[in-house]
Parts: sequence; C-alpha cells; structure tokens
Amino acid sequence: MKGTKDGLTLHLDDRCSYEDLLKEIEERLVNQAGGIASNSPLVSVHLNMGNRYLTPEQEEEVRALIRRSKNLVVESIESNVVSKAEAKEWLRKAEIVTVSRIVRSGQVLHVEGDLLLIGDVNPGGMVIAGGNIFILGALRGIAHAGYGGNKEAVIAASVMKPMQLGIGDVMNRAPDYKTDERNEMECAYINEQNQIVVDRLQLLMHLRPNLTRLERRV
Amino acid sequence: MGEAIVITSGKGGVGKTTTTANLGTALAILGKRVCLVDTDIGLRNLDVVLGLENRIIYDLVDVVEGRCTVQKALVKDKRFDNHLYLLPAAQTSDKSAVTPEQMKELVEQLKQEYDYVLIDCPAGIEQGYRNAVAGADEAIVVTTPEVSAVRDADRIIGLLEAEEHVKPPRLIINRIRSHMVKNGDMLDVDEIVMHLSIELLGIIADDENVIKASNRGEPIVLDPNSKASIAYRNIARRILGESVPLPPLEEEEKGLFSKIRKIFSLK
Repeated sequence: MKGTKDGLTLHLDDRCSYEDLLKEIEERLVNQAGGIASNSPLVSVHLNMGNRYLTPEQEEEVRALIRRSKNLVVESIESNVVSKAEAKEWLRKAEIVTVSRIVRSGQVLHVEGDLLLIGDVNPGGMVIAGGNIFILGALRGIAHAGYGGNKEAVIAASVMKPMQLGIGDVMNRAPDYKTDERNEMECAYINEQNQIVVDRLQLLMHLRPNLTRLERRV
Repeated sequence: MGEAIVITSGKGGVGKTTTTANLGTALAILGKRVCLVDTDIGLRNLDVVLGLENRIIYDLVDVVEGRCTVQKALVKDKRFDNHLYLLPAAQTSDKSAVTPEQMKELVEQLKQEYDYVLIDCPAGIEQGYRNAVAGADEAIVVTTPEVSAVRDADRIIGLLEAEEHVKPPRLIINRIRSHMVKNGDMLDVDEIVMHLSIELLGIIADDENVIKASNRGEPIVLDPNSKASIAYRNIARRILGESVPLPPLEEEEKGLFSKIRKIFSLK
C-alpha cells in the first residue's frame, strides 16, 4: 500500500486466490478505517492487480468492498493482463480494414477501425468507420469517419464528390449547386472552428501527423 | 443445359420488357431455342409486346400450382418455328402467388429444354424481383441515361452481386439520344459505365420505331433496317459469345450503320 498525492495505490498480490485477496483487502481497510477520521475528505484508491485478470463482476465486487469503508473511492483498476476478447476488440479498433469492392446505392459498409476502400462509394452508398476513411476510388456517396466521436479522424479520397460527410458528430452536406471542379486527391478534416473542411490531400501530413506513426495507437 | 438470364433494372419503364422481347427474338433468329418467362405477375406485358396476348390459355401461376404442365402453358411464337416460346405471367393474382423456390425449380426445368431462358423481371426490389432472380445464372441490367435510372441500376447491381448463383451482371443502356449527349444534356455512355463499373453489353439508341413495333406486337428486331434492331441483334450475338465491337458513341449512327451494312452485305 502506498500513499501518493492522488490518493492510495494498492499493489495487490497476484499469486493468492481471489477469495484470499478479498479477505485481505477487507482486513486491511477495516484496520485502516480506524486510522482515518470519518469526516476527512474522500481518498481515491488506485488498484494495481499485477498479473491477475478480473472479470467485470469481480471488479464490481472489489469496488463495492472498498466503497464500504466510507471515505475511499476506487479511482482506477489496473492489470497487466487483458482477456483475449478485449485484445481483439482493441486490435479491431486500431487496424486498417482493407475492402475491395464498390459500395453501391443502398449499401452500408461499417468498420470499427480505419477503412481502406479499394473501389468507389456510389451515390446512395454509405461507408462508416470508427477511425479514418481512405478511398482509393471516387467518393460519391456518404462517408462518416470517427464514428463514435473521434474528431481527429479524416476522410481522404481520390475523387471527393460526396453527398454528405461526417466526422465525429459533425455532419456536412455537399452544396446544392453543381461544380465543375475535379475534386481529385482531397481530404476532409475538422478544423479549429469545429467545421468540416475539404482540402488538398498533401495537407494531411501537417494537420494529422499521427497518421504517419507506424505502430498503431491502441 | 441452357442458360437462364434475368433482365432487370430496378426502375420501371426503362425497357426491360422490350429488351426481353427483342433479345429473345434476336436469339431465336440466330437459331437458338429460347423461352421467355414473364414474372411480372399481375401486370403482364411481354405477351402484348410479342403479339401473343390472344393465345394465352394457362399461365405461370397455373404451372406453379400444378393446374397444368409447363409444356401446356407455353405459348409458341409461330413466326420462328419451334424457336421462341413464352411462359406468360398470370394477370389475376399478384407477386406473392409464387415463391423463389418454385421459380427456381421451374427455370431449372425450362433450362433442360431451351438454350436460353430469358426472365423478364418486374420493377422494384421486392418479392417479384426475388422470384425473377431466384433461378437465374446471369443477369442483364437495363438502364436509361437518366440519373434516377442509373441510381436504381446501381442499387440492383449491388443486390445482384450479393446473389452467389448469378454471374457478375452486364449492362444495356437504352434510349440514348446522341444529339442530347453531344450537347451535354444527357449522361454519356462512358460516364454511366464508369459509375456502375460493370461490363457493357450494348447501347440502344432512342427510336420511335421501337414503340410503333411494340404496339403492333412485332418486336423491332424483325425490322432489319432499324438502328435499334441492329443494336439488339448485336447484343444477342455478344450473349452468344461473339465479340462484336461497340461503336464509339460520337459516330454512333454512322458507325453502327456502316458496320451492319457490311455485315448484311456479307450475308
């Protein structure tokens, strides 16, 4: 048990059984509770589980146990291990999904991570990605990047003639008049004024330097 | 064992039935045994375009429900001895009278006897469409150079691509008016083909004679001099696997004409 500026950090033994762990926490905290005056401010507790995996139910149990001693609040629970399912979920959100097809009218293509589409999005078709969207063909339908709230996400297309663009929770639609612009090699991003801007593709490296990073963010 | 080709478009009124009638007739002229199946139950037209309306006794629903055999329901087109038959749609029921499984079985049966089974699909993407596609091995999508028709064609192509038993669909662009395309008032062929990204089977110029012929119950293909007729015959030959070059659009009329004159003078 360590005291720091931000509260208590509990380093928990990862070799004993889960029941023993609960027992020990209870004993320690009951003893401790005597030492801390009941009217003192709330103390946040960080738990470090070491190499122990807690199921969500177990986590809840531990939180409840600690909450019983009045002025302790569990701030975070950390563990060196994650379940396979969680790891796969992370991977899914961080990987680039490559799809080679044409997204036609009435079709919706939804991926969790970044989308690399080799093909077109036709009018009435829709692509949605949790991360960025890169389209090697023409974007003539609807594209929504950063689905779920990521405002840093970008949309890039070889031909940028979308019906609608969405990034994070900002949506934008094409002007009602038709232009003769070629709209080749362009990207869309959210600027400081929280508006979707379409500009030359080459600007992306300055606007979103993170795109370059080889190891994907988790 | 023949091939079953569904002719579809999504949008109504772009010329599915006319195309079915003319391609069927053209294939029959080229010596193939062809059976046309009208799946537009409740709104049948194919019989009218072929001029066979008066000869219908049994229809598709009678066959499916076992009231008669397929052979009995087939209407023979006497103009092409033993080469062209029509299985007419029922006029008194609706699309739900037939299930996709029944259609599949029926088309399977027809394929045993005919070289080509052309299935005329109703407009829309509901039950009628599902029935028409169920037994098909190939698909031809008909569109016109209008934005709305191209949109619907795109949607239909998406649906067809999801059907595993159907080969990648091919495209026919109907009712092209070359002077409008030239003026930029109409979508041009390249634009449509690029947009839909499927193989182009042929283009058919807008021609009043098509309407006149349909009204008389004689498919335009029977008139060897009309532009549309030549285009349909070329498409039929492409279906047979011949490589008939597409004329470049700008000189569409001239190119098409001279080429076909050549073909006919050779004959």
